[in-house]
Amino acid sequence: MMLTDFPLFPEQASTVAHQVDALYIMLTIVTGLAIVYRRRPDNELDQEEEAPKALEIAWIVIPFIFFMATFVWGSWLYFELARVPDNALDVYATGKQWMWKFQHPSGQREINELHVPVNRPIRVTMASEDVIHSLFFPYFRTKADVLPNRYRTLWFQATKTGRFHIFCAEYCGTLHSGMIGWVEVMEPTDYQKWLAGGTEGSLASQGEKLFQKYACATCHTNDATARGPVLLGLFGKTVTLSDNKTVVADENYIRESILNPQAKLVQGFGPIMPTFQGQVSEEDLLKLLAYIKSLTPPPKG
Amino acid sequence: MTSVTYHDVRFLEPAKTRNYLNVDYGAFSWLFTKDHKRIGILYMFSISIMFILGGFFAMMMRLELLTPEGDLLTSDTYNKFFTLHGIIMIFFFLIPSIPAVLGNFILPIQLGAKDLAFPKLNLLSWYLYMIGAFVGLLVIILGGVDTGWTFYTPFSTQYSNMHVFGTTFGAFIVGFSSILTGLNFIVTIHRMRAPGLTWFRLPLFVWAMYATSLVQLLATPVLAITLVMLMIERVVHVGIFDPALGGDPLLYQHMFWFYSHPAVYIMILPAMGVASEVVAAFTRKKIFGYKFVAFSSLAIAFLGFLVWAHHMFVAGISVYSAMIFSFLSYFVAVPSAIKVFNWTATLYKGSVSWQTPMLYILGFIGLFTMGGVTGLFLAALGLDVHVTDTYFVVAHFHYIMVGGAVMAYFAGIHYWWPKITGRMYPEWWARLSALLVFAGFNLTFFPQFVLGYVGMPRRYHAYAPEFQVLNVMSTAGASILALGYALPLAYLLWSLRFGRKAGVNPWGAVGLEWTTNSPPPKDNFHETPVVTWDAYDYPAMLKAMGETQNV
Repeated sequence: MMLTDFPLFPEQASTVAHQVDALYIMLTIVTGLAIVYRRRPDNELDQEEEAPKALEIAWIVIPFIFFMATFVWGSWLYFELARVPDNALDVYATGKQWMWKFQHPSGQREINELHVPVNRPIRVTMASEDVIHSLFFPYFRTKADVLPNRYRTLWFQATKTGRFHIFCAEYCGTLHSGMIGWVEVMEPTDYQKWLAGGTEGSLASQGEKLFQKYACATCHTNDATARGPVLLGLFGKTVTLSDNKTVVADENYIRESILNPQAKLVQGFGPIMPTFQGQVSEEDLLKLLAYIKSLTPPPKG
Repeated sequence: MTSVTYHDVRFLEPAKTRNYLNVDYGAFSWLFTKDHKRIGILYMFSISIMFILGGFFAMMMRLELLTPEGDLLTSDTYNKFFTLHGIIMIFFFLIPSIPAVLGNFILPIQLGAKDLAFPKLNLLSWYLYMIGAFVGLLVIILGGVDTGWTFYTPFSTQYSNMHVFGTTFGAFIVGFSSILTGLNFIVTIHRMRAPGLTWFRLPLFVWAMYATSLVQLLATPVLAITLVMLMIERVVHVGIFDPALGGDPLLYQHMFWFYSHPAVYIMILPAMGVASEVVAAFTRKKIFGYKFVAFSSLAIAFLGFLVWAHHMFVAGISVYSAMIFSFLSYFVAVPSAIKVFNWTATLYKGSVSWQTPMLYILGFIGLFTMGGVTGLFLAALGLDVHVTDTYFVVAHFHYIMVGGAVMAYFAGIHYWWPKITGRMYPEWWARLSALLVFAGFNLTFFPQFVLGYVGMPRRYHAYAPEFQVLNVMSTAGASILALGYALPLAYLLWSLRFGRKAGVNPWGAVGLEWTTNSPPPKDNFHETPVVTWDAYDYPAMLKAMGETQNV
C-alpha cells in the first residue's frame, strides 16, 4: 500500500477548507498535549487529605476557558459557512432517491455532476423531492441537509480545478451510498464554453413557459386590480399579509405560496388560488422560482 | 443491635445457609421471582443474547466494508443490518445493561435493603423488556427494518416499506421497562437506605444510578410519545412529521433527540458509577472529591436535557439556536471532565492492583476521555458541519458507548461476579480478554476518526476506493474485539462450576455488598446493617487491618 492510499486529510479545495482544518488540528494538538503533559504521580500532592479547593477549581476553570475559545472559533466558522457572499453564482439542486439533479440559471441540467467555475462563490439552493438527503462536499468542508418542505442554501468557493466528491450524507434508503457524484471545477473560460452548450433556454424562460402552462398569468397579470398579487419586482420585497404580519418574499415564501397558497395570503386578496402541491415537481418549482426572480420592473423614466 | 462493619466480616467464612440461588429451584421460581437478584440475572441472560445478536450484525457490516464494492450483502440487507445493530445495541442492550443487571443486583445490597421498593414492578419491568424484545426479534424474522435506529421522517413514515411499525412498537414497550426501573430505583434510594446510610455516605454507584433513573423517568416518556406519533402517521396518515401531509420532519428530529441525547447519559452515567466503585476498590483509596463526583452525575443528568439540537447543526435549525446548543454542549463536558480528573487523581499514589475490573476501568477512563474530547470537536459548529454524518461521528459515539459503557459493564460484571455467583472467574483469561478488547476496540474505531475526516459518510454500503485501507484496519480490529468479547462468555460460564470459591470479600473492598455472603442470602443480609462509616473508607480499613496484624 502506498502512503497516498492512506489520507489523513481530504484535499483542501475551497476557501474555508484550511480554516476548518486549522480548528481540527488545533483540537488534535491540544488533545495530544493533554495526554503527554497529564499530571504525573511524582508531582502529585499527598492524597491522604482532600486536595485544596483551589486545585479542584483550577481543574474546572482552565478547561472551561479552553472550551469557550473553541466555541467562539467554531461559531465564527459556522457564520462564515452561513453567510453567502453577494457575488455568488446561483445553482439549484434537487435531491431524489437516489440521485442529485442540478439546474443552472442558464438552463443546463445535469445529474450527479455539477460544473462550476473556480474562484467564484457558488450558492446552491436545494430541496428534496422525497426524504431528507444531505448534500456533502468533503473537499469543500461543507454540507447541509436537503429537506422536502423548504429550500436550504449552502455556498462554497472552489480554489482549484479538478473533480471532487459529492456524497449524500443523510441516510435516505436502499441506494444511499450510491447517491454520489462529482463537482467539476473549471477555469472560467472552460466554464463559459461549457455553458454555451445547447439548452432549452434559460431557467427563467423555462419557468415562463410553465407560468403559461399552469395558467398563472390569468390572475397574476401584473395589474394592481387583478385577482392575484403583482409579481413584478416581488422577489426580496417585504409583503403585508392578510393578518397584518409581514414577510420577506424569499425563495421559501414563493415556494410555499405555490404549494400552499392559503398559508400566507397577501393583504387584500381572497383565498382563491388552488394548491399546486403534488402537481409541480421540485425541478419545475425551481424554474418558476427563477422566472419570478427574473421579473424586475423596467427602470423608471 | 450490633453493628456489622466491613473489617468484622471481611474474614468471615460464608455461612452454610441458603443463598438466593439455592433457596428454591425450577423455572417457575425464576419466572415469578420477586427477588431483585434473580431479576438481575434474568436481565443478564436476556441482554447477553441481544449483545451477541447485535454483535453479529456489526461483524457482518465490518466484513462487507472490507472492500469498497458492496459485494457481500445487498444494499437493503446492509441497511437492515446497521439498523438492527443500532436498535438492538441501544434499546435492548446498552440502556438496560448496567442499570437492569448490576443496578438491580447490587443497588439494594449497597443500600442495605432487602429488595427494591417495588419488587413486583421490577418483575413487570423484565416482562415488558421481554415483550419488547420479542416484538423486535419478530421483526427480524419477518424481514427486518431499514430506517436506521433514528427512524428519521419522512423516510420512516412514508418511504420505507419494511417493518417500521413493529420495530418502533418494540422500542416503545421496552421504554416502559426503563421508566419503571428508574422509578423503582428512585423510590428505593429515597426510602430504603440502611440506618446511618446518609446521602453523602452512599457509594457513587448509587449516586450515578439515581441520576440515571431521573433521566429514564423524565426522558423516556418523550420517546414513547414520539414513537406513537410516528406510528400514527405511518398507519393512519395523520400529518405530523411528513410535509406532504402538512407536517414538519424537523419536529421529529427535535423530539427524537430530546430523548435520545439524554439516553446517552442513561448509558454512560451508570458506567461512571461502576468506574468510581472499581477505582476506589483497586487503589485502596477514597474517591478524590467525592461530592464533586456525586453532584457531577446530577449535573450531567440535568445538562443532558439541554443539548439535543447539537445533533442537528446541519439539519436546518437557525444559526443562533445552533450557537446556543453548541455553547451548552461545552457545559455538559465540564462535569464529565471533573469525573475523569477525580478518578485520575484517585489513581495517583494509590496502591493500584491490576486485576481485571481495574484493567477494564483504566480502559474505560482512556476511551471515554477520547470519546469526550472528540465530542468537543463535534460541538465546535464550523467543524461539525464537515464531520457530522461521517465516520467521525460513528467513531465518537462508539468511544462513548462501547469504550465507555460496554467497558464499564464488563468491569462491573467482573467486579461483582464473585458476589453474584460466589465464584471467582479465571484471572489470567480475564486479563487477556480485557487487553484484547482494549486493543481490538482502538484498532476498530480509531481509524474511523480519520475516515470521517477524510469524508466517508456513515451508513454507506459501498464507498470510494481511497477509503479502503482505513476500513481494512477497522475490520481487522473488529475481529480482535469479537474474540475479546467471546472469551468472557466462555470463562464466566466455566467459572460457575469450576471457579474458585469467592468468599465474602475477595477484593478486600469497602461497601455493604462486601459484608454479606457470596452469593448473598435471599434477603441480602442476616441482620439489617447499621452504617457508621463513609463510602470508600479505605484508609480506616487499612488502619484497622494493620492493627489486627500488629496484635
